[in-house]
Amino acid sequence: MIVELGHYALILALLVALLQGVLPLAGAATRNWHWQSLARPAAIMQFLLVSLAFAALAYAFQENDFSVRYVADHSNTRLPAMYRFAAVWGGHEGSLLLWLELLAVWTVSVAIFSRQMPLAVVARVISVLGLISTGFLLFVLTTSNPFERLFPVPMEGKDLNPLLQDPGLVIHPPMLYMGYVGFSVAFAFAIAALLAGRLDVAWARWSRPWTLVAWVFLSFGIGLGSWWAYTELGWGGWWFWDPVENASLMPWLVGTALIHSLMVTEKRGSFKAWTVLLAISAFSLSLLGTFLVRSGVLNSVHAFASDPTRGVFILIFLAVVVGSSLTLFAWRAGSVSLGAKMAWVSRESLLLSNSVLLVVATAAVLLGTLYPMVIDALNMGKLSVGPPYFNTVFVPLMVPLLFLMVLGVRARWRESTLQEWLHPLRSIGVAALLSGGLVALYFGWSWGVAGGMALGMWVVLGTLEPALERLRKPGKIPLSFFAMHCAHLGMAVLVIGVTLVKGYEIEKDVRIAAGDTVTLGDYSFELQRVTEVMGPNYVAKRAEVLVKRNGDTIATLYPEKRRYPSTAMPMTEAAIDTNLWRDLYVSLGEPLNNPAQEWSMRFYLKPFLSWIWLGVLMMVLGGLLAVSDKRYRRSVEARLSGVPA
Amino acid sequence: MKKIILVPLALFVVLLAFLAVGLRRDPHEIPSPLVNRPAPAFSLHTLQSGQSLFSPEAMRGKVWMLNVWATWCGACQEEHPVLVSFAREGLVPLVGLSYKEVQASDEPAGKPLSPEDKLAMARMRSQAWLRAKGDPYSLVAMDLDGRVGIDYGVYGVPETYVIDKNGVIRYKQIGAVTPALLEQKIRPLIQELNRS
Repeated sequence: MIVELGHYALILALLVALLQGVLPLAGAATRNWHWQSLARPAAIMQFLLVSLAFAALAYAFQENDFSVRYVADHSNTRLPAMYRFAAVWGGHEGSLLLWLELLAVWTVSVAIFSRQMPLAVVARVISVLGLISTGFLLFVLTTSNPFERLFPVPMEGKDLNPLLQDPGLVIHPPMLYMGYVGFSVAFAFAIAALLAGRLDVAWARWSRPWTLVAWVFLSFGIGLGSWWAYTELGWGGWWFWDPVENASLMPWLVGTALIHSLMVTEKRGSFKAWTVLLAISAFSLSLLGTFLVRSGVLNSVHAFASDPTRGVFILIFLAVVVGSSLTLFAWRAGSVSLGAKMAWVSRESLLLSNSVLLVVATAAVLLGTLYPMVIDALNMGKLSVGPPYFNTVFVPLMVPLLFLMVLGVRARWRESTLQEWLHPLRSIGVAALLSGGLVALYFGWSWGVAGGMALGMWVVLGTLEPALERLRKPGKIPLSFFAMHCAHLGMAVLVIGVTLVKGYEIEKDVRIAAGDTVTLGDYSFELQRVTEVMGPNYVAKRAEVLVKRNGDTIATLYPEKRRYPSTAMPMTEAAIDTNLWRDLYVSLGEPLNNPAQEWSMRFYLKPFLSWIWLGVLMMVLGGLLAVSDKRYRRSVEARLSGVPA
Repeated sequence: MKKIILVPLALFVVLLAFLAVGLRRDPHEIPSPLVNRPAPAFSLHTLQSGQSLFSPEAMRGKVWMLNVWATWCGACQEEHPVLVSFAREGLVPLVGLSYKEVQASDEPAGKPLSPEDKLAMARMRSQAWLRAKGDPYSLVAMDLDGRVGIDYGVYGVPETYVIDKNGVIRYKQIGAVTPALLEQKIRPLIQELNRS
């Protein structure tokens, strides 16, 4: 009964979405105030209905209602309660419902936090979001209904894919989707501005905080996904250039360009057309990501079973949404003023260069991701594009990006001269090169490490030096100042982490019996024993590994090999000992004889790996600080105190 | 300036065209270098006991299918009813290739089985399995150590090959044969090969 209620709510939500997508937009075009004012209540109604559907599915999971096909396919009575909730988005249908739920959350937030905006703008934005929601609701209801019943009712469910039974995976998809879906708000603002023919400074100011929040979620979501792959897949890798990872990286790169470009548009009134294009692209790439994951056109560990009708639906949806918005862009953006003049050397020009670099990097990733499909479509054979391509193309693009980052922070708006940077930057450049060279010499020479470290230090010193100078001066410092420096330092920390991990990681793949010792660098690993342990829904072999450094025991690690009887799927649970300077990573392989006396095991020593996560967290913190900047609340406060904004 | 703003739209249209074509392709379909090459020769014991050996030479002049399977393979269980009903039509002989039926984990601790014991064990298990689920095979060759599997480039079980009258492999399916695949690809191919 509850399940049918959820299904019914979803159908009603479709009707409301249609209303929300059409009437306020028509109202804004015809200046019909009544129609425009429907936007907010429609958004709230939509949110309630989709939430009801979401709650109904979650309820079916908690109650183990295996008469619902989706529940029977993705849950099991012995699945722990936390995963039974996360299983709601553990498959195709449910993850689309999560998409819808989050879209409703974003829309209702726009409806609530937009009091200072003119009604026509709010009406257009909410309408565009309503149209997107209509598309997704149609998709769910016609091809991917999570409420479909199953008869005869099975006694037991098939269980959630063991790979997904990890705390990281409970929050990774919602975070990532919050980011993906969040760009729909930036997109809606851009479309609304194009429709109204008013690409102005106000538009940039309104969309900036929304874009920032979406970017923060996306950054955090990608970081979580990477962390999950590192801890859960047992290969010690944290980024695989898998098509689905790329699908999340592309909107992130464009989103990063967008938040910077929006700043220029807000402060200087320039790059309007470029900013709008970035806003459209960021969301289009999110949609493309959905298409790639859901349609099965690409081989990926993330791809769910493919269904051609679903692929066709998303493709049509993609064509309609992106095609119409790019047409609108081509139609309207030509008449946009170019904004204030800028000199060849200025903060604007440097930010523009970096945003072009980010877009080129995105194009490179897109090309690599789609290349196998394009070649196949042209009947030129089957191939796959791997990390060598991405590393070769991506890294050289990041070098000028990081170099210009420091210059951009220093340059003044409008016009800057090379002379005024030359003096401080010369010493910073020399210091960065020296420290990069020294680190590489100390740990073992490699040009890659020297270069990566020098770039990382260039950003660290180049960011800290002006920051300290500013802190010494009197006067109130806005939060956005700390935000920028925190995020930029995070980038540097990430670069340093990646450089050192890539440069100095050691791995050993061994055949080992109890009592044997493996040595990696200063660390020795002794396998004590392998025992059998029972989990709630799995049986595991657990190894006990004693880690010693210079004879002192520093940790005991317990890597596991789990077997989930419900799916007969083996899972590797790596054990990791982390500190700021290195990760010790052990994963247990297969028994090599029967009864098992010897095991295959992998040992990794990964220096500075935690800096990767630290860098991501600093960027996230930077984004959060930027959103909390008083500027974005000012108009609200002004309204509350009765002063016109 | 005016024309530049049409570039994103143009690029998107091209992308869309590729996505539309890509959607009809299956990225999991792996082309086999063996297709249109002669089927590798082998000579193996059969399930039907006795000392007689089977070799693909014996099928010269006939269109036939080779299906790689094992009792331990989960996807084979799903595929099996499809094969049974297909074999009942008697369109072409279906030869089974029992692939690595006896696994290392089946051997008693520290004591590898002799080839004879392995064969006996594999025959016993396979016969029981076919008795219970129906036997679609005109005969089954026993590839106990998986060497024939290597010659045929077996990725995983099940796999199915269509071989023509001259002993040339004309089609290879990795993974289970589905009714749709049977109707859309395999049956038309067999009918065409039978005519020539």
